[in-house]
Amino acid sequence: MNRYPLWKYLLVLAILVVGAIYALPNVYGQAAAVQVSMSNGDLPDGIEHRVQDILDQNGLHAESMRRSQGTLLALFGDDGAQRKARGAIKDALGDQYVVALNLASAAPAWLRDLGGRPLNLGLDLRGGVHFLLEVDMKAALKASLEQKAGDIRRYLREQDIRYRGVTLEDQRIRVRFADAGERDKAVDALDGRYRDLNFDTEEGGSNPALVAQMTQKAAQDERDQALEQNITTLRNRVNELGIAEPVVQRQGQSRIVVQLPGVQDTTRAKEILGATATLEFRLVHGTPGDWQQAEQSGDVPYDARLYHRRNGQPVLLQRDVIVTGDQIEDAAASFDNRTGTPVVVVNLDSAGANHMQEVTAQHVGDQMAVVYIENKVHTKKINGKEVKERSRTEQVINVATIRDVLSHRFQIEGLGSQEARNLALLLRAGALSAPIEIVQERTIGPSLGQDNINQGFMSVVVGLALVLVLMALYYKAFGLVADMALLANIALIVAVLSGLQATLTLPGIAGIVLTVGMAVDANVLIYERIREELRAGNSVQSSIHAGYDKAFGTIADANITTLIAAVVLFSLGTGPVKGFAVTLSIGILTSMFTAIMGTRAIVNLVYGGRRLSRISI
Amino acid sequence: MDLFKFTAEFQFVAHRRRAFILSGMLILISIVSIAVQGLKLGIDFTGGYLIEVGFDQAVQLDPIRSALGDAGYRDAQVQHFGQPNDVLIRIAPREGTSSAQLSDDVVALLGKSLELKPDLRRVEFVGPQVGHELRDKGGLALLLALMMILVYVAFRFEKRFALGAVAALIHDVTIVVGVFSLVRAEFDLPALGAILAVIGYSLNDTIVVFDRIRENFRRQRRGTVQEVTNDAINQTLSRTVMTSLTTLIVVLALLFLGGEAIFAFAFALTIGIVVGTYSSIFVASTLLLATGLSRQDMMPVQKENAGVDSRP
Repeated sequence: MNRYPLWKYLLVLAILVVGAIYALPNVYGQAAAVQVSMSNGDLPDGIEHRVQDILDQNGLHAESMRRSQGTLLALFGDDGAQRKARGAIKDALGDQYVVALNLASAAPAWLRDLGGRPLNLGLDLRGGVHFLLEVDMKAALKASLEQKAGDIRRYLREQDIRYRGVTLEDQRIRVRFADAGERDKAVDALDGRYRDLNFDTEEGGSNPALVAQMTQKAAQDERDQALEQNITTLRNRVNELGIAEPVVQRQGQSRIVVQLPGVQDTTRAKEILGATATLEFRLVHGTPGDWQQAEQSGDVPYDARLYHRRNGQPVLLQRDVIVTGDQIEDAAASFDNRTGTPVVVVNLDSAGANHMQEVTAQHVGDQMAVVYIENKVHTKKINGKEVKERSRTEQVINVATIRDVLSHRFQIEGLGSQEARNLALLLRAGALSAPIEIVQERTIGPSLGQDNINQGFMSVVVGLALVLVLMALYYKAFGLVADMALLANIALIVAVLSGLQATLTLPGIAGIVLTVGMAVDANVLIYERIREELRAGNSVQSSIHAGYDKAFGTIADANITTLIAAVVLFSLGTGPVKGFAVTLSIGILTSMFTAIMGTRAIVNLVYGGRRLSRISI
Repeated sequence: MDLFKFTAEFQFVAHRRRAFILSGMLILISIVSIAVQGLKLGIDFTGGYLIEVGFDQAVQLDPIRSALGDAGYRDAQVQHFGQPNDVLIRIAPREGTSSAQLSDDVVALLGKSLELKPDLRRVEFVGPQVGHELRDKGGLALLLALMMILVYVAFRFEKRFALGAVAALIHDVTIVVGVFSLVRAEFDLPALGAILAVIGYSLNDTIVVFDRIRENFRRQRRGTVQEVTNDAINQTLSRTVMTSLTTLIVVLALLFLGGEAIFAFAFALTIGIVVGTYSSIFVASTLLLATGLSRQDMMPVQKENAGVDSRP
């Protein structure tokens, strides 16, 4: 009685060995590393030697260097060397490379080859920044409609259809006409040209009008695009910060999560992320004389708008936008090939390039302006209700003469070198089309992270030690068996978390601690049953057998209900609580294995098949 | 070493009236406290800023308060956090300031007014809208957990068991929240998480007792419903106490050694485990009796599920 077939012993052993292997990298921990990667594309061959040379020249020594997933990792003994090395490598390699501080597994190669990786530490354990950003979808849709309105104006002019005005009102474009005849001509011309718009005629008021609304699908596409584009732009900006393993992820319909682990300078990170700006290229309207007059009289020509430059001077610009910020692919400060003066080189996407070419072909010699638009969001209380208010400041940051037909790639000249750098930065920032707002932030300083690790670790160790002692005192030999199962359980939890590459957070540690307390429950149930059976006068072997057998249903029921609570916790979905739910769920599952099969294997091995008059329980 | 050398024979069921009075009073106090004092919600639910800064020496709070007041943060709550070197500042959501800016401003302000270099340890900002969402979502999760458990227990046992279990859980949750209100502890998202964990834990305890009640009904042919229930509680008593003890040990380790960051979490767990243990002994099973459970209720279920349930 109470013997397992050989395969069961082997199964338990195999699971424990696999668990031990995957838990092992955590013993080696993580080393301070410098991570080198290309901003686009793969690292060239021989980069190792280059980095080695750079380190040698600076008297620095990397403990080891290896390639990993398209990046080069150089491991250092301490943070100081890591920081110095990053500075030296960054300076020497230049802007094409992203050189970031990182943590890398210090486990030996054979362990890494088996896929063993240490746990990721959450922001609350290693310090860093977590942002939840919300994209202003209304503004995104409006910007898109504005572009379409401009297109309609241009197209109607081309088709010689006379209209009174094209205005934007509450997510709709209204085109007014003098008479129904013109309107019908417009309907014929526009119908089929815009698949994204639904056109309706409107008779009311003094003028017949045409009202265009975005189709539901187009609006949804627009929203998705705004979100995707923001994510891309944020990724680029985050890369500028030189942080390893940043997270930029979509959350739901309109939100983006940004996590920057290990960031030291949170102010700069926020500045870079928080700026929400868009750009527009517009043709200049009239002469400086006209501008002054418009400023003084307030009379602005129907096809123009009044703007101001940074120094306050007025400028009249055409109503139609040539190119918007989201059509800019890249902007960089550089120097002109021939003259050597500072310039900003701008790259447009194909839609932007086509339009730019179309417009500039007719306006060589005219002036073009860049308008920088900043969006700010305030939360105000009106009648006790929170209302978000948006303000928009528009500024002309550059006026330049069009020398040639411009297209995909062009440059803006006549700038100082500092000015060029600023303009390039603003252009890149302006590539973000819809305004975003930080709706949640968690910043954990590195010192607090270390405290959290120490305290979390300490509470696990103390709690665990006390439970081990209590179990051993109360259940004697069987208590020791339960203790072994408990330790194996923790190793398994760590192994599963490492294998899944889950992120360990402080609440996650709390989940492990709670599991430690609850995992022994299964053994308590079993052992109490065995004691009961013994008290009832049954033989040792049959008591052990009945104890395990009878306790099983109870353990399963109890654990499944706890698992339900854990799954609901997980679906609550926010960072800290999620981490707790994950470790709790994994702990419940692994504890079922170790507390039932694991202890049974040991008990069977030690006591099974022997004639015993008493056992130590 | 045994907690109870032989099967204990406490008259839990006979004393259920006293338990009901005690529970009723606890719940009444909790509800009154929640109604009168309210619950001190953390910024997770209200929205706002929480800024923790550390200094390399102990600092006074009054200069910080006046400096913040002068700068327009009159509503700022300032307190020491854990030790006199650490300061925790809470500020309600503001109009007109960009969210990212405020924490930097406050840290700069502290450095200037105290002439000490503050070490920014933690900033949390939750927008008011997100706060409300989290509150609603949290409440929903709580309800959802209770519903799913109700369904599971009804499916595995019988609907009266489910009612007893869920009533005991509502009892536990009310008292834990009541204690938070009573001692004015801050109720944040981790505390809500802890309550969900308490639900899982307390239920675990209750299920073990219920399992035994069901088993006893099938084995013992004699005995009233009260006697069978009382036996089940006694038979599982040493297990209940032992498991509560081990869990309490580790939770207390979290409470005292885990640091301020998870204090609310560990506090909710500690209260929850104590109340949960009490409720699974005194409340859940006696409530089960109050639903009018009879021997007949147990029998048909057994026949239908004979194959599944033959394993106790």
